[in-house]
Amino acid sequence: MTSWYEATARQRIAGLLDPDTFAEILRPEDRITSPHLRELGAPAAFDDGVVVGRGLLAGRPVLVAAQEGAFMGGAVGEVHGAKITGLLERAMDERPAAVLLLLETGGVRLHEANAGLIAVSEIMRAILAVRAAQIPVIVLNGGRYGVFGGMGIAASLCDAIVMSEEGRLGLSGPEVIETTMGVEEFDASDRALVWRTVGGKNRYILGEAATLVSDDIAEFRAAAAVLVDAALPLDLPEVEAEHAMLRERLERFSDIGDAQEIWARLGIASPETLPILDSDTFLRVTEGKAVRRKGDAA
Amino acid sequence: MTIEDVLKQLFPLGHDVSFSEALVAGTGRTEEGDVAVIGTRDRAEIGIDLAFRMADEVLRVVRAHPGRPILLPVDTAGQKMSRRDETLCLNAYIAHLAKCLGVARRSGHRIIGLVYAEAVSAGFLSTCLLADACYALPGAQVRVMNLSAMARVTKIPLERLESLSNTSAVFAPGVANYVAMGAVRDIWNGDLAEHLLAALREQGDPQTDRRRVDGEARGGRLLARSVAERARFDAA
Repeated sequence: MTSWYEATARQRIAGLLDPDTFAEILRPEDRITSPHLRELGAPAAFDDGVVVGRGLLAGRPVLVAAQEGAFMGGAVGEVHGAKITGLLERAMDERPAAVLLLLETGGVRLHEANAGLIAVSEIMRAILAVRAAQIPVIVLNGGRYGVFGGMGIAASLCDAIVMSEEGRLGLSGPEVIETTMGVEEFDASDRALVWRTVGGKNRYILGEAATLVSDDIAEFRAAAAVLVDAALPLDLPEVEAEHAMLRERLERFSDIGDAQEIWARLGIASPETLPILDSDTFLRVTEGKAVRRKGDAA
Repeated sequence: MTIEDVLKQLFPLGHDVSFSEALVAGTGRTEEGDVAVIGTRDRAEIGIDLAFRMADEVLRVVRAHPGRPILLPVDTAGQKMSRRDETLCLNAYIAHLAKCLGVARRSGHRIIGLVYAEAVSAGFLSTCLLADACYALPGAQVRVMNLSAMARVTKIPLERLESLSNTSAVFAPGVANYVAMGAVRDIWNGDLAEHLLAALREQGDPQTDRRRVDGEARGGRLLARSVAERARFDAA
């Protein structure tokens, strides 16, 4: 077993795709770095913190972008964002079986905040365009920094999100909420609270993660292989169905204080034990209770 | 400018836009026909309830008035920071709003953004940055974060950020920077009704995101277009 959480972006790609099939676009030798970091005297990276390219997954052609959390927390700047946007647009020419986004990011890179914010909106527009072209866009989320900020919104635009329970998904990260609103609103040092709020298990139960896997690159690979070649429509009936699901969530859980109350109201037995269950047991215990969408695995 | 004044100037032929807490919604009349108005006021914080109500309005317009242009006038202080909203997956509610706007655009609705007061971070991202074209009033403020907070987080001295912001558009607050980078197409000075009519009459493919091309031409964002193009077309 190889941990997704501990791996670098390049190790994740190597373990995810068929051996020796990955071809990188805009490689580190091309020296495409952020001029804005340089200007501020901050260290730059020759890939600007994201690796993009193409390869095969179980024999099927895919395009891949992988963010490197170790470089500025995977934050999105002008170059970093443009690489992802361009890769997504490439899908409309090549029509791969899927675009795989291996996300690990705190969101916009503050050193180039305006450019990063616009870049995230360009990624969002590109995801919508690829989905309209009936090519699936799949997010893999299980890295150290989770997926937050504008990229949390972008992730939820995609066909499916595969998460490990170590993965996290949200808009404002717990530390940001604690800093802005105070520790009474969100105690970011309470790890158990953080995991059960934005972690993979709560996101799976709400129907926001399509698949929950263990922290193992092989499991991410198997889950992604099931999702390629199966684009979900993004049309009026589809957004109407999502609208109904989100309306129900608002009506049922509007007054909750803690994720455990959601799990209890869904009729999951012993909700307080969910955080400690391994993913197989968790899936068994929540079967038939967790919210599922069309196209999700049972 | 208050939202009441903005609407009065945008729609001299009249409108029935009303307010419900932070939500602004209704219809304005123009020489180019009716325009659906879906926006926010009072430095709205966008949480799951407001994002859902905005999505609800978008879907209502798509169902009841196919093809009617949608104007998004916004005043937003950013996303709501709350444990409850994060527990219920605020990013998914905002993504849903984005999908509704995307489906509206594909169904032939023009989408025009207008920052009339303030647009901050994810509040901007979830509204006007998803429009076909985003405009702003002269006094509008657009930002991710103010410079002193940025100095604290990035550990770069404030004086250095202040001096660099005179020459670089990429991090400092200000609508002019967003114009230079192509994210705001134009500032609406003077007659707002005329500007709106011009925006409604504008030809061009709303499915094409031309902001990086504008940003390069205006000198505010020099790499986004070429790097995206290389990621799209270079041999792998």
